[in-house]
Amino acid sequence: MATVGRALLILALVVALYGVAASIYGAVRRRDDWIASGRRSVYAIAALVTGAFAILEFAFLRSDFTFATVASHSSTTTPAFYKAAAAWSSQEGSLLLWLWLLSLWSSLVLFFTRRQLRIVTPWATAVLLGFAAFFASLLVFKETPFALLAVAPAEGAGLNPLLRHPSMMIHPPMLYSGYTLFTIPFAFAIGALVTRQVRAADWIRATRRFALAAWLFLGIGILLGARWSYSELGWGGYWAWDPVENASLLPWLTGTALIHSIMIQEKRGMLKIWNVSLVLATGTLAILGTFLVRSGILDSIHAFGASTLGVPFVILIGVMIGGSIALVVWRREALRSENRLDSLLSREAIFLLNNLVLVAMAFVVFWGTFWPLIAEALTGTRRALGPPWFDKYTVPLAIMLVLLSGIGPVIAWRKATVANARRNFLLPAVAAIGLGAVLSAFGAASRPLALAMFVCGAFVVASVGQEFWRGVGVRRAMTGEGPLRALRSLVARNRRRYGGYLVHVGMALLFVGVAASSAFNNARDVRLVPGQTMRVGDHDFTYAQATSRVSTSRSGALEKISFGAVVDVRRDGEKIVTLRPERSYFPSRDIAGLGPVGRFFEGEATSEIGLKAGFRRDLWAAMTPDIRKLMPTIQEGDRVFAAAAGKLPPELEGQALGAALSGIVNRYIASEPAATFRVISSPLVTWIWLGAIVVFLGGLIALWPGPDAARRRVTARYSARVAEELGRA
Amino acid sequence: MDIVALLVIVVVLVAVVAIVATPLRGTHRERASSEAADRVAELEARKEAKYREIRDAEMDLRTGKLSVEDHRVLDRQLRAEAVVILKALDDAGAEVP
Repeated sequence: MATVGRALLILALVVALYGVAASIYGAVRRRDDWIASGRRSVYAIAALVTGAFAILEFAFLRSDFTFATVASHSSTTTPAFYKAAAAWSSQEGSLLLWLWLLSLWSSLVLFFTRRQLRIVTPWATAVLLGFAAFFASLLVFKETPFALLAVAPAEGAGLNPLLRHPSMMIHPPMLYSGYTLFTIPFAFAIGALVTRQVRAADWIRATRRFALAAWLFLGIGILLGARWSYSELGWGGYWAWDPVENASLLPWLTGTALIHSIMIQEKRGMLKIWNVSLVLATGTLAILGTFLVRSGILDSIHAFGASTLGVPFVILIGVMIGGSIALVVWRREALRSENRLDSLLSREAIFLLNNLVLVAMAFVVFWGTFWPLIAEALTGTRRALGPPWFDKYTVPLAIMLVLLSGIGPVIAWRKATVANARRNFLLPAVAAIGLGAVLSAFGAASRPLALAMFVCGAFVVASVGQEFWRGVGVRRAMTGEGPLRALRSLVARNRRRYGGYLVHVGMALLFVGVAASSAFNNARDVRLVPGQTMRVGDHDFTYAQATSRVSTSRSGALEKISFGAVVDVRRDGEKIVTLRPERSYFPSRDIAGLGPVGRFFEGEATSEIGLKAGFRRDLWAAMTPDIRKLMPTIQEGDRVFAAAAGKLPPELEGQALGAALSGIVNRYIASEPAATFRVISSPLVTWIWLGAIVVFLGGLIALWPGPDAARRRVTARYSARVAEELGRA
Repeated sequence: MDIVALLVIVVVLVAVVAIVATPLRGTHRERASSEAADRVAELEARKEAKYREIRDAEMDLRTGKLSVEDHRVLDRQLRAEAVVILKALDDAGAEVP
């Protein structure tokens, strides 16, 4: 099957190269047959890569260790759920996932636009096929997922324990969907620039929904990564300004700016240079994000480590940047605005300001992320910038952004009068200031930036609430509908507007959660023995007892040893919850020089946190056991097994190892072991995840095709059919 | 290479060539619609977008974001833009064979 997989990828590369040539030839010669052939190349690549991906998945699911990537990233003991996800835990598998998603999304957009944008689409097809050819060539020449081992091992190395988390199943496909979808507006922008079709907003209208989908998928991917970090990495945070995290945030920030500013071009014919630059920058940043994960040029927990992919990616990014700049300069005349800003008190002006804030944030993140490389180039020493540096600049910008997301919905397009502004801003402003006063009275003023975020968040919720309230009122007055029906029809008639408003509320909740949990969290790192108590904020955490266990897989193989703690949490003397944090030790994949017992303490270790999540506060605990007392026992066990090597049949050796490990875990309990705890009492963390869900719902509403779009497609289809049938007659 | 794999590759190759080359044979059913029909579709999209703007402005008036005077000016301008699109739509429709 590996041969078939490799052949499918080679075929995909050949078809991609052919498709680029066919699309460009068709565009230049205005030949519909070649254009259609180029478009069909994308469909064919989607089918070919689907086949290749299915072969790889099948190999993982049936633990076919003749595949090198399966042997190094899975094992027979890996649960089936994670075997499926293990396919993209490797460099080569994730590249294949990238190409697969790119081919699927490209096929979808080209299918929907096959009767629109006849001049632009062939060039966009060529660009999308160019990306497909790039990734296919990496998979054929650099990192093939179908490399075979001369001798298949009896057992694979297994999936990295840190990746055994449900969100890791969805996180990469979501991120890659975001990245690949952002290449679609990029491709159409290139097409519009090459063909000089930038005056009308048709290409933006045709790809806007894909840009929104990219933004949504990327956002979900980022949030899932944050959730994984919070619940799996054992440090208690959800965002660390890690280079790879930042790399995903960059296109999301510019994409957020884009989905706002394209509305100005659609409605007013303004900001064309700005919009096309944002589209091109976002597409390039999506590729840059992919590059950062794979090249190993920046140190990150999420990266694949050093690889040989750096040079091809640098060349691709160089071509994208150089080509984009050249095209924008070449078409600068056609990109002139048709209108000017009527008033600074207008939605256009607010969107413009919002764009500037978002781009400033993107610049800060970019600078901070690449500073180690810049510093190394200037001084010869690589120095990273930590979270305080990022927070210093991004926090004020985020506050401004939230404030603007509250102003936008209540201000009119073109020009708002002072009287109207007063009428629309009064209630939200009073609500926000009132909340600010109440919170100040309860001590929130000690953290002015957090207080500012709470005030701005309240302003957003009040302004959007007012919009819905008034909208429902208008609908009821017009139609006599009941409140719920009026709300439903209000949203259904303008999903984009009201879905977007919901996204604003979700973002406000999310930022309030971030502000509260950052400014008012109490965290302590303390070493305790059973029976001891520590105080964190208003809560007393008592290390009640130690726990330990040996886990086996379904097949009976020894999987991990876990040492944990039972932690009772009390407030005002009353027990409110029991947390059970745990530290699990997985055997080392590198068995050379390690004994069978010691192997378990030299491999990966993961934290299972104890968490009591609540609407008001999260109580979070992680622990690291002190296993130094066990080391003599572990070394003794290794000596015994070394002496018995070759004398015991394998099944008895397995049983003996199980007994030895059980003895170790029992001895751990009996030793009244000390452990180092990290305990956090953090307010409103749940608001971050709730806000993300609201953003997701709002995004879905905005993305959902409205009745207008459906009707338009039908009309267009009938028009095309009439033309076709009359032509044939 | 085993014979089954070879057969699968040959079948896939033939299928891909068929998919990609069909439009070039000239007899395919997926003949592209005329440019005029496509122009109509694009103008329809622009018309719907303009209508949406007019409805948005109406909503802004009713929810108090626009004054009556501002709305009157804006509405007149938007309707004039819609008329231009409708005229272009009529012209493009006349070109459809």
